[in-house]
Amino acid sequence: MAKPTLTLNGKVVEFEPGQTILQVAQAVGVEIPTLCYLKDATPTGACRICLVEVKGARTLVASCAMPAGNGMEIQTDSQAVHTSRRLNIELLLASGSHNCLTCEKNGDCKLQALAYRYGITDIRFAGQTQQYPKDESNPLIVRDFSRCILCGRCVQACNDLQVNRAIGYGYRGAASKIVTTGDRPYQESDCVFCGQCVEACPVGALTEKKAVGLARSWETKQVRTTCPYCGVGCQMWLHVKDGRVVKVTAVEDAQPNRGMLCVKGRFGYDFIHSPERLTTPLIKGEDGQHHPATWDQALDFVAKRLKEIKKKHGADAIAGVSCARSINEDSYNMQKLFRGVIGTNNIDHCART
Amino acid sequence: MAGLAASFGSGAMTNSFAEFDQAKLLLVIGSNTTEAHPVAGAFIKRAVQKGAQLIVVDPRFTGIAEHAQTFVPIKVGSDVAFLNGLMHVIIKENLQDQAYVDAHTTGFNELKAKVAEYTPKKAAKIAGISEELLVRVARQVASVKPAMLIYTLGITEHTCGVNNVRSCANLQMLLGNVGYDCGGVNPLRGQNNVQGACDMGALPNVYPGYQKVEDKAARAKFEEAWGVKLPKKNGLMMPQMFEGMADGSIKALWVFGENLANTEPDIRHVEHCLESVEFLICNDIFPTETTRFADVIFPAAAWSEDDGTFSNSERRVQRVRKAVEPPGEAKPNWWIFREVAARLGKEWKSKSGQEIWDKEVSKLAPALGGIKYSRLENDGLQWPCPDTKHSGTTCLHKDGCFTCGMGNFQALDWTPPAEVPDKKYPLVLSTGRRLYHYHTRTQTGRCGGLNDLLGQETADISLADAALLGVADGDLVRVSSRRGQVVVKAKVTPQVPQGMVWMAFHFREGNANWLTNPVYDPISLTAEYKACAVKVEKA
Ligand code: SF4
Ligand code: SF4
Ligand code: SF4
Repeated sequence: MAKPTLTLNGKVVEFEPGQTILQVAQAVGVEIPTLCYLKDATPTGACRICLVEVKGARTLVASCAMPAGNGMEIQTDSQAVHTSRRLNIELLLASGSHNCLTCEKNGDCKLQALAYRYGITDIRFAGQTQQYPKDESNPLIVRDFSRCILCGRCVQACNDLQVNRAIGYGYRGAASKIVTTGDRPYQESDCVFCGQCVEACPVGALTEKKAVGLARSWETKQVRTTCPYCGVGCQMWLHVKDGRVVKVTAVEDAQPNRGMLCVKGRFGYDFIHSPERLTTPLIKGEDGQHHPATWDQALDFVAKRLKEIKKKHGADAIAGVSCARSINEDSYNMQKLFRGVIGTNNIDHCART
Repeated sequence: MAGLAASFGSGAMTNSFAEFDQAKLLLVIGSNTTEAHPVAGAFIKRAVQKGAQLIVVDPRFTGIAEHAQTFVPIKVGSDVAFLNGLMHVIIKENLQDQAYVDAHTTGFNELKAKVAEYTPKKAAKIAGISEELLVRVARQVASVKPAMLIYTLGITEHTCGVNNVRSCANLQMLLGNVGYDCGGVNPLRGQNNVQGACDMGALPNVYPGYQKVEDKAARAKFEEAWGVKLPKKNGLMMPQMFEGMADGSIKALWVFGENLANTEPDIRHVEHCLESVEFLICNDIFPTETTRFADVIFPAAAWSEDDGTFSNSERRVQRVRKAVEPPGEAKPNWWIFREVAARLGKEWKSKSGQEIWDKEVSKLAPALGGIKYSRLENDGLQWPCPDTKHSGTTCLHKDGCFTCGMGNFQALDWTPPAEVPDKKYPLVLSTGRRLYHYHTRTQTGRCGGLNDLLGQETADISLADAALLGVADGDLVRVSSRRGQVVVKAKVTPQVPQGMVWMAFHFREGNANWLTNPVYDPISLTAEYKACAVKVEKA
């Protein structure tokens, strides 16, 4: 059976039944800007930024929620669309207090990017004065409701992606706010600090506390790596500035974690920069204390002692425990050393914990 | 590992995380998924949200249990009896996949005879649940195909750990669930690279790629590759190494990155061993309770300071990348081993993680043959991946074609934990991990924020026992076993059933391993972290 088709900005494209207009556009590389749309979650259509014009429809439609239909004629960037998006962006900007200079999200903010792209140079509507104090009461996540645009991505991330059900919409009308059950601070709620809400927040309403003031987004280099904690092996970006990891975020769309991390993966990175790190080889002296040594001293000493012990008691008097957290290449070399050089199969690791 | 390998011919997770939220029925046994593997837990919760059935079997009402339609609170260490009971019902009601059993497995008649002994009455009694619940669960798991089974250390950390694992395999083969997407037997690995350490041959009986030390051809292959003569007999497993240190036959121990003095059962005994060994070498990134005993400590590069690979629970080899320089003179671990080899007369060619992998590991381990760094740029590859055209394997034993030819049923009896409660020590201590920390906190303890969220160890006890002991939440209690005692705060919680104490091993103070029993599964030598007898008193 032939696939259904629609016309997108004058071009005929095929689609899979069940796809939304937004998904069809993304599949063929036509960009429709969004704010509230979150992959893998049910679309809410809350932000009205992804509006498109569908021929014959009475009003503009939210492309994230509207299923594609056979024969539809769609304009994603017509004058009407442009005007309406611009207005919606201005209203969002006016609904809070947006002083980008003081904002952690500066440079990495979807609202800021949209305002720039749609040529908003001054704020037409009277800005709201700060309605809520910043919530900095927990150790990991800063919540600044004066920058919240109520797009609901955090609510979806918490409920639909991580299924932690810690936050939702609270209060009504102008007092509308994202809250935990009973509007308690995060650490007294069901929140487990996975930080998925921070990852999902397109603006500066939710940010990582430990990263505050360390780097602007354009100053960091991003390095993809694998989480060092549990056996899921989540894929993450290390945000690096001047030889320091300043923040960790999830790699979107990557296996196995598909954009998710847990509290350990997201916030458990700064041990590497601890001042307590071992920085030089140490040899125990006669006094029973550890004393700094050069690599040559330490390596020579170990080689000498291993030789002596092997000579006197045989290779099987030597045993090694490898590390179930370090990289494969380390374990490989350790077992090769024990088997091929020392001459014993006494090599194991803590597979069992 | 040993258990699954005996049943299927391979010891790894049979299926993939990508299937977790697609599954129609998930049976989760002995896995505190939401705390120990939170992202895997999220996928399970998403499956439930989409309408999947979830059965959680655990002595504790864990976070994942809150999402289950059916929660089965079996007694600690009763898994084999419980699973035999399920299979009894399944066979009696003829709910098994007989065609699959006939075509793909051996040992069905023996299994049938054995589980015939485990009537619902008997099995339910051992497991401490109602007969009705046992029968209902049996019918429920048999009602959906395929059903996915997931387990963690709650299954393996027992003296009968291997039998627990084999029983899981028995059940899934009986139901014809092995070899299909959204089915299988799926052990979630506790540490990020346990799978990799096994794959690399950091085990006393196998070379990289599970090629047996005692197999002549395998030995000859590695002798040629490494240009050396290799020892013929299997080496010692860790608990045997400890015995060797205690009796003086092990003179030197090299500990790479493990804080044995906190993670192994019975801390006092372990420290005695570390103290008595003649020469102790440690590679680590921090001073630990273990490095205190070391004669030489090598400062190692940490995660993110070196290029390499990890292999996750689903057999996916993934890149780990260098983002920053190691502090001071710290060096990569592979470099340290290479330097010592050179000083013992062997110059190794490979001078980077990539060279070690591409030129040695992937050439020597057939299942990794097609995995090269150049192919790992994005999402990595799941082994087996025999050649560079192969796109990796998401589901093992496809359509019931087992790695070892036929899947093997094992007729197994239930055995109680080595130490059961008595008058003097009336409670069962079970141990595990908590969400905010990892192992002995050498890493998480030094991360801003995480200590603030969980700053000390607690002993979790039931409301009923708290009332009996006159203990309130937050009171100090003394928990003692035949091996030692600790004083910690009590956490009174409905998660824990009466008769149980639950603790973790994240903190030195109040570490459960002052109490745990150093007895081991006879095959895997996995320690019985999940059950020992203790008493609790108000301190
Ligand atoms: S949230 Fe975005 S638009 Fe608002 S102040 Fe921050 S950077 Fe600027
Ligand atoms: S940190 Fe995680 S659990 Fe907490 S509110 Fe955000 S998404 Fe929900
Ligand atoms: S982020 Fe969490 S779930 Fe993912 S690998 Fe790390 S510890 Fe495991």
